[in-house]
Amino acid sequence: MIEYTQKIRETAKRLLSDGVVDVFIGYRKGSVPMMNEPVLVRDPGDVEVLHWDSNCGLNLCNYLTGRTDKVGILATGCVSRNIVTHVIENQITREQLHIVGVPCTGIINHRAVKRAVKYREITEVVEEPGSGRFTVKGPGYEETLEKTGLLQLNCATCRHRNPVEYDELVADAVPEQEDIQEFKDVEKIEAMEPDKKWAFFERAISSCIRCYACRNACPLCYCPTCFVDESNPQWVGKSIDPTDTMTFHFLRAFHCAGRCTDCGACERVCPVGIPVRQFTKKLNKDCIELFDWEAGLSLESRPPLDVYRKEDPNDFIR
Amino acid sequence: MEPGRLHFSWISSAEATKFVRVANEVVQAVKDAGPAKRLIKGIAEVA
Repeated sequence: MIEYTQKIRETAKRLLSDGVVDVFIGYRKGSVPMMNEPVLVRDPGDVEVLHWDSNCGLNLCNYLTGRTDKVGILATGCVSRNIVTHVIENQITREQLHIVGVPCTGIINHRAVKRAVKYREITEVVEEPGSGRFTVKGPGYEETLEKTGLLQLNCATCRHRNPVEYDELVADAVPEQEDIQEFKDVEKIEAMEPDKKWAFFERAISSCIRCYACRNACPLCYCPTCFVDESNPQWVGKSIDPTDTMTFHFLRAFHCAGRCTDCGACERVCPVGIPVRQFTKKLNKDCIELFDWEAGLSLESRPPLDVYRKEDPNDFIR
Repeated sequence: MEPGRLHFSWISSAEATKFVRVANEVVQAVKDAGPAKRLIKGIAEVA
């Protein structure tokens, strides 16, 4: 996707010089390979810092909350759905935004790449334009890898690669993936006995250090004070006692119910590699099955948790 | 959480008999489930 970079720079320059937007939110190359970082550009002369390739995994929607200026923003499928969710939740108005859509072919899973090169040091990762291949370089070696098998897990099963809401696109739409079994992993956990399920989650979160990177990377987590930071009342203990950690992960997931777009930012940023998406993904599956709902697909419809419909399932109420 | 520990019900203030029935059922179900074994936080050991 590196071939989009030039077009993105041109677009940002035009929008900033014409005064269409006051600020443009995109990515620049990170100081570490495979870690591109968000950047806010205000001066049309600075657009050369903008960069795009398959390592733009953080969710830019995070930087929209509460802005009062006119904003240009890059949006892949999932980011555009988060922007829609932001508009629906009154965190920003659609009129303030100029959304530059990026048809996305998936973000590279940095952990899988490290595994693929057998944990040797990586000094540079360069994408070949248009080929779906990239080269990993390190001291004494160079390997060219196919992107398809090394996508982030959420990208591998993505059904919304193209932005759903945009003002212009940087390239033609990409074909959507078909015949994918999106919830295979969730179904596997659902089929477990309660004891096994408990053991699975206990093991999954056992290495959590409660850094809250997953929360910070999440565009849904914009509360002025997060429940984990409140001390009066203290909703959840701050220790790394498994009970506290489990409470944090469950509550975090439930706060995202009906809002999560499975952008994968939480899992990407986890420093200890917890499969945090397994919590939110189950709720995404429930939303599809119970309410026929996927977050952020339209500005017109209200999310399942703030509307009442007569056909809402209520068999669990006696 | 093991099955039988979480209950939802909608009872109007005029439905005293339903309240009694549901309350008894919940108490029985929780007794059957026994003491909670999960999400219990011990007291930290102090050296």
